[in-house]
Amino acid sequence: MILEAILLTVITAATPLVIAALGELVTERAGVLNLGVEGMMIMGAVGAFAATQLTGSPYVGVVAGILCGGLFSLLFGFLTLTLVANQVATGLALTLLGLGASGMLGEGFVGAPGIKLQPIALPFLSDIPFLGPVLFRQDIIFYMSLALVVGVNWFLFRSRTGLKVRAIGDNHGSAHALGIHVIRTRYLAVLFGGACAGLAGAQLSLIYTPQWVENMTAGRGWIALALVVFASWRPWRVLAGGYLFGAVSIGQLHAQAMGVGIPSQFLSALPYAATIVVLIIISHNRRTTLINTPASLGKAFVPDR
Amino acid sequence: MRIELEKRPGGSRLFSFLSPLLATLLTVVFGGIMFWLLGKDPVDALYSFFIEPLLEVWSLHELAIKAGPLILIGVGLSVCYRSNNWNIGAEGQFIVGAIAGSILPVVFFEWHSPLVLPLMLVMGAIGGALYAGVVALLKAHFNTNEILTSLMLVYMAQLFLDWLVRGPWRNPQGMNFPETRTFAPEAVLPPIMEASGRAHWSFVFAIVAAFLVWFMMRFTLKGFEVTVLGQSARAGRFAGFSSRRMIWFSMLLSGALAGFAGIAEVSGSIGHLQPTISPGYGFTAIIVAFLGRLNPLGIIASGLVLALTYLGGEAAQLSIGVSDKVTRVFQGLLLFFVLSCDTLIHYRIRLVLDRARNLIDGGAK
Repeated sequence: MILEAILLTVITAATPLVIAALGELVTERAGVLNLGVEGMMIMGAVGAFAATQLTGSPYVGVVAGILCGGLFSLLFGFLTLTLVANQVATGLALTLLGLGASGMLGEGFVGAPGIKLQPIALPFLSDIPFLGPVLFRQDIIFYMSLALVVGVNWFLFRSRTGLKVRAIGDNHGSAHALGIHVIRTRYLAVLFGGACAGLAGAQLSLIYTPQWVENMTAGRGWIALALVVFASWRPWRVLAGGYLFGAVSIGQLHAQAMGVGIPSQFLSALPYAATIVVLIIISHNRRTTLINTPASLGKAFVPDR
Repeated sequence: MRIELEKRPGGSRLFSFLSPLLATLLTVVFGGIMFWLLGKDPVDALYSFFIEPLLEVWSLHELAIKAGPLILIGVGLSVCYRSNNWNIGAEGQFIVGAIAGSILPVVFFEWHSPLVLPLMLVMGAIGGALYAGVVALLKAHFNTNEILTSLMLVYMAQLFLDWLVRGPWRNPQGMNFPETRTFAPEAVLPPIMEASGRAHWSFVFAIVAAFLVWFMMRFTLKGFEVTVLGQSARAGRFAGFSSRRMIWFSMLLSGALAGFAGIAEVSGSIGHLQPTISPGYGFTAIIVAFLGRLNPLGIIASGLVLALTYLGGEAAQLSIGVSDKVTRVFQGLLLFFVLSCDTLIHYRIRLVLDRARNLIDGGAK
C-alpha cells in the first residue's frame, strides 16, 4: 500500500514535467528555443484555476489552461518569428511577464479553496491488482501525458509533417529552399509548446496542489527545459527523465516528512541540484551533444526574397 | 496583410537611440490601457505611477536605493550578454554575495574595526564571483547550458539563505524571527547625504562601475575581445581570443558585481540578513541590461527607469489602490517592447497588403 501511495505521488509530480517538456521538445525540434516555459506554465495554472472557480468545472479549467498557455506562446512567436527578436531574451521576457501577470490576475483567488480534477477509473483495467489503482484510476491529464508521449513520438519520426518539422529544425535554409513553410510551421510548433506548458500548469493548480499560489510553478518550467536536453530531444526519454525528476522531488518530500536530520532546505534543493548533475552527465561529451541538438536551434530565420 | 522585414545594411543609428525611448513610451501607453481595464482613471494612475515618486526628495533617495543594485548587476550582465554568455542567475549571485559579505558582521560581530566595511564589500564581490564561477566551470569544462545551471543555482542560493537565517545564523536575541543579528554601525554602508534621505553609497559605486565597464568596452583590447567573441566565436578564435577564457571573465565579472550589489544592499538598506533580501533585482537587471542596449552608460538611465517601476508600484498601491504586482507586469511589458523595437534597428518593416501587390513590386525591381 505504501509503495502504491508513493508511486501515485511520483506520477503526480512527474506528469507536468513530462507534458511541458514534450511541448518544448516539439518547439525545439522545429529549431525554436522558447525559454518561456515557466511563464506559459504559470499562465496555464492561473487560467485553469480561474476558469474552474468561475464555472465550477475543472474540465473547463483544463481547456482554459491549454488556451492560456497557447495564446501566451503566440506572443513569443510574434516577436521571434515575425520580428526576429533574440529568442533567448524573448523567452526570458515571456517568463518574467508570465510570472508578473499571473500574480496580478490570480490575486483575487489566493486562498480560495480549489476544486480538484477527479480521477477516472478505466473499466476492467482499474480492477487489476496494484497496477489498476496506480495506472488506470488516474485523472485525465495523466492519460493525456501518456498519449502525448506516444503521439509526439509517432508524429516526429513516423509522419511526413514531423519529418518536415525536423528538417526545419536542422537546417531552415534548406527546408525553405525545398518549399516548406518555415515560419508557419514554427508558429504551430511554438503554439503546441505553449499549449502543453499550459496543460502542465493546469495540472499543477487542479491536481498537484488544487489552489492558487503565486509562483507556484517553482522552477518546474526550467526543469522541463533541462529535461529536453537530458532526453536528447527524444520523447520516450522525456518520459523516463520526467519520472526520474518526479521521484527525486517526491523522495525529498518523504525524507522531510520522516525527519532524516538533514535541514529541509537542503532536501528542497535536491531537484535543482539533480538538474545540474544530470546536465553535466548529458552534456560533457561535446560530440554527442552536437549530434543530438537540432542544428538551427535558436537561430533566427528571415526568408530571402 | 503580412509583415515583411527588409535587412538594413549596417543597422540604423537613429533607431538605436529611438528604440529604448519608443519601448518606454509603448509601455506607458499599454500601462494606461491596463489601468483603464482595471477600472482606474488612466491619466491619474500613470501620474501616480511614474511622476509622483519623482516629486519628493525622500522618494528620489529611494529611487537611488533601488537603482544602485539594478545598475551594478545590469552592467555586469551586459558584458555577459555581449559575449554571448547567458547568465540569468544574477539573483543567486546577489544572494551569495550578501551571505559572504555578512560573515564578518554576523559571525565575527565582536570584531570592531574601520576595516570591517571594506572587507565586507570585497568578500561580497568574491562570494558572488565564486558562485558565478560555478556556472563558468560547468560551461567551460563540462559544456552545460549556462542558462539552466545559473537559474538552478538561484533556487539553491535562496534555500541556503533561508536555512542560514532560520538555523545557524539566527539572532539569539531576535525573539525567534528568521533574521540574523543587526549589523554593528561600522558594518553599515553610510548614506550619501544623511540630511535628506537614506540613499547610500551603493548608487555611487554603481555609477563608477558603469563608467569603468564603459571605458573597458570602448577603449581596451578586452572590450574588443568581448564584442568579437560575442558576434562570432569563430572569428574570435582566428584573432587568438579564447572563448573559454571569455566565459570565465564575463561570468566572474558579472558575479562579482552582483555579489557586491548584494552585500551593499544588505549593509546599506536592510542592516541584517533575512529570508528575502531582494525584490527580484537579479531578474529585473536583465531588463535593465536590454533596455540600456547593453551599453553601460545606457544602463545607468535604464536602471533608473526600472527603479521607478518599483517605486511606482508602491505609490500606485497607496494612492489608487491597485496591486503592487503591476510593477512586474510593467517590467515584463517593457522588455517585450524593447525587444520588438530593436527589430527596427536592423530591419525595415513593411506591411504588405496582399500577395498580388507583392508580386508587382517584385516584378518592378
